[in-house]
Amino acid sequence: MAGAVLSLKDVRVTFSTLDGEVEAVKGVDLSVDRGETLAIVGESGSGKSQMMMAVMGLLARNGRASGEAIYAGRNLIGMDKKTLNKVRGRKLTMIFQEPMTSLDPLYTVGSQIMEPLMQHRGLSKSEARARAVEMLELVKVPDARRRMDSYPHELSGGQRQRVMIAMALANDPDVLIADEPTTALDVTIQAEILDLMAELQKRVGLAIVFITHDLNIVRRIADRVVVMRKGEVVEQGKTAMIFKKPKHPYTKALIDAEPSGRKEPPPKSAPLLLSAKDMRVTFRLGGGWFGESLLEIKAVDRVSVSLCQGQTIGIVGESGSGKSTLARAILRLMPSEGAVIFDGRSIANLDSRAMQPLRRQMQIVLQDPFGSLSPRLTAGQIISEGLLVHEPSITSAERDRRAAQAMVEVGLDPATRSRYPHEFSGGQRQRIAIARAIILKPKLVVLDEPTSALDRQVQKQIVELLRNLQSVHNLSYLFISHDLAVVRAMSDHIMVMKNGKLVEQGSPDEVIDNPADPYTKRLMAAAFGAHAHH
Amino acid sequence: MSDVAIAAKGRSLWIDAWMRLKANKAAVVSAIYLVLMTFACIIGPNLTGHQFTTIYADYVRTRPSLSAYPKEDMVQKAIDEVAKRARMNLEGWKLDGDRAVMTFASARPIDERNIRYIDRSDTFEDARVDEKSPDGLKMVFSARVQQLHFYFGTDNVGRDLLTRTLMAGRVSLAIGLLAGLVAVVIGVIYGSASGFMGGKTDEVMMRIVDILYALPFTFFVIMLVVFFGRNFILMFLAVGAVLWLDMARIVRGQALSIKRQEYVQAAEALGVGTTGILFRHVIPNLLGPVVIYMTLLVPQVIILESFLSFLGLGVQEPMASWGVLISAGAKNIDTATWLLIYPSIFLISTLFALNFIGDGLRDALDPKDR
Repeated sequence: MAGAVLSLKDVRVTFSTLDGEVEAVKGVDLSVDRGETLAIVGESGSGKSQMMMAVMGLLARNGRASGEAIYAGRNLIGMDKKTLNKVRGRKLTMIFQEPMTSLDPLYTVGSQIMEPLMQHRGLSKSEARARAVEMLELVKVPDARRRMDSYPHELSGGQRQRVMIAMALANDPDVLIADEPTTALDVTIQAEILDLMAELQKRVGLAIVFITHDLNIVRRIADRVVVMRKGEVVEQGKTAMIFKKPKHPYTKALIDAEPSGRKEPPPKSAPLLLSAKDMRVTFRLGGGWFGESLLEIKAVDRVSVSLCQGQTIGIVGESGSGKSTLARAILRLMPSEGAVIFDGRSIANLDSRAMQPLRRQMQIVLQDPFGSLSPRLTAGQIISEGLLVHEPSITSAERDRRAAQAMVEVGLDPATRSRYPHEFSGGQRQRIAIARAIILKPKLVVLDEPTSALDRQVQKQIVELLRNLQSVHNLSYLFISHDLAVVRAMSDHIMVMKNGKLVEQGSPDEVIDNPADPYTKRLMAAAFGAHAHH
Repeated sequence: MSDVAIAAKGRSLWIDAWMRLKANKAAVVSAIYLVLMTFACIIGPNLTGHQFTTIYADYVRTRPSLSAYPKEDMVQKAIDEVAKRARMNLEGWKLDGDRAVMTFASARPIDERNIRYIDRSDTFEDARVDEKSPDGLKMVFSARVQQLHFYFGTDNVGRDLLTRTLMAGRVSLAIGLLAGLVAVVIGVIYGSASGFMGGKTDEVMMRIVDILYALPFTFFVIMLVVFFGRNFILMFLAVGAVLWLDMARIVRGQALSIKRQEYVQAAEALGVGTTGILFRHVIPNLLGPVVIYMTLLVPQVIILESFLSFLGLGVQEPMASWGVLISAGAKNIDTATWLLIYPSIFLISTLFALNFIGDGLRDALDPKDR
């Protein structure tokens, strides 16, 4: 491998935990050539991130790495911190998944870019500043000179990720390690960031190691792919080859993991379950105890929804478009204006006490499978909590039985019901959240990005589970997502929202294949354009 | 499904934290030390052989020693004293086992009742006349020498310091634990209610806390003493009433962040009422920081109590707390250092142990470290 700029030989990572040693990476060999984009693909827990963390010397305290990571003739693993610091952050740089937390909120964007410049290159303050502005312009942050003095919270997620890239590139690195850099971003912004990275690579000629679980991205930007599973490389090769002729069954499963199938439309005679007219949600900011509010934000602006029994409406839009707010307003979880008729009854003016008996008819499944389950309760307790409220008379043994039954229904082993949420995987947790919603036999379930935090393969299973539950219990779904592939597989009807307004709606085929509105067109291009790319 | 499968036992976060705590040597040693200290304070005063109120007039400010008192020169002194009072001449004495055998002579015949002079001394007991010369001018008395152990020495009025230190430990630990508990219970309920309800309720509740903060602590305690008199229970109230304020603020902050967690939203969507959410979701999830804070609170309470006692507003003689003993020790630092050293060792080591446990708990309960 003549052109290899970074090569890994037999890299192993072990974590010592209370349950003994856990080997997260089990002897990986790979190399990245100059100017190449190498994608490392695998589901969460496959060790792909930990491997690169080990190379960068960023493992958690209980982690140990062995093997060789050769950069410029020297082994980075086991190198002392001082020598390593000359390389990392300068020649090897890294960007992380979460642009919200990887910038320090206390310092301006400019000073955070300038710091490594002054540290590694010994530039003076004014030189560093000039270089930082140049970098911000390179990553296309608008109005770069002014943005230098902004704090991270003043930037959007996409802009922050651009700043992270600018920081990483400021020292002319040879290798950029990108750990799921676009996962937390909206599709349109994700597309922009990916384009930016591809363009920068051409201009600067650096090698990119791109860690991701999303094969769409891989197909879009990678030259070569390494597929990892359970700490081992199962397959590697040119991107086109891997997609065309995957050898390993796991790679095949990954490629097939795109949610497929369509939902059966509900019968024409299906009764109307929910109708919301002219929903408006306004946030008022500022103002004190008695003062008038200073600023009004219309989070949802005159949106109407009507949902039949057994129907699924997909609500699509980027973050901040008001799609979650709309759903919460319909469930009367936040104050709103507008008429809501649920099951033939107007619920817009009911107070929380009057809403309580209706709550069992309308449930919600939230996005974050880690945050939506209380860490101090067992799975069984979490699932049966609704029974405590709506059927207070039943015994705890009966509650337990019902919880077990619900777990079977969502495909979980009922014997695990005394386990705690942290003992389950992301997909299993989402199943627990779904079990919690359906145990009350609701009519309406709001699914707020239920698959966004999950790996593709798990997404597919959850989509299938949701469709099955829908046909068994004749549920109606409001399905909120920014992932159009999933929305297409789930919905009878799609609504596209932007800045609190409804932009376009119609059947999936109309909206996805023949978008009319320019925003919808852009969204579709960003999400599905990838397939045409290679 | 007709019957329910037997559920496999899960490992809760508490058990997880417990296992991590057990792996922390400093915390484990500290915990064992604290348990031993507690037992010593509870049982100890009954085993030392002294009452904490008993005054040994002969042993004022006696040095700490592992061997028993009186020492030989002290016996000599005591016998001389007896001889002087009884106007007899000491011809000689020797120790026979635990009894001192002394021979007295006099120009006039010796009255047997002179034995009372020997009994009166703190050093001797069970005095007997062993021999008597025919002319009565010489008499041999014997008396058991009272063997007393003062491992930590004695204080200004001749009370055993070991017993007093252990008694003081009872008071200090009890106040620390109870006032800490009072502060935690009030603070957690108040703070979580305030944080969780939010809005105007939160504003009003927190302003009340601010007002209480503004009250000078000493003034507050003096007012309590004026109105209700000096009282052990009052100490708990006073200290607890002040320290719950910190707790309430910490808990409120936690509750605010927990309120925004998705599992709370999910519970709201299930129709769970405010009380249900508060007790099922909010409080269990903020107990981690509370437990940590509590271990740091107990030493704070012990120090506060010491401060109050130092001012004369706390525990009163003959009862003692570590703070009282230390303040007495500080006054005698030039003549009797042990009065300061021993209670200080007890207080400091206990505070150290509590802090180590607090540190260990923080590491064990920190979810980021998982």
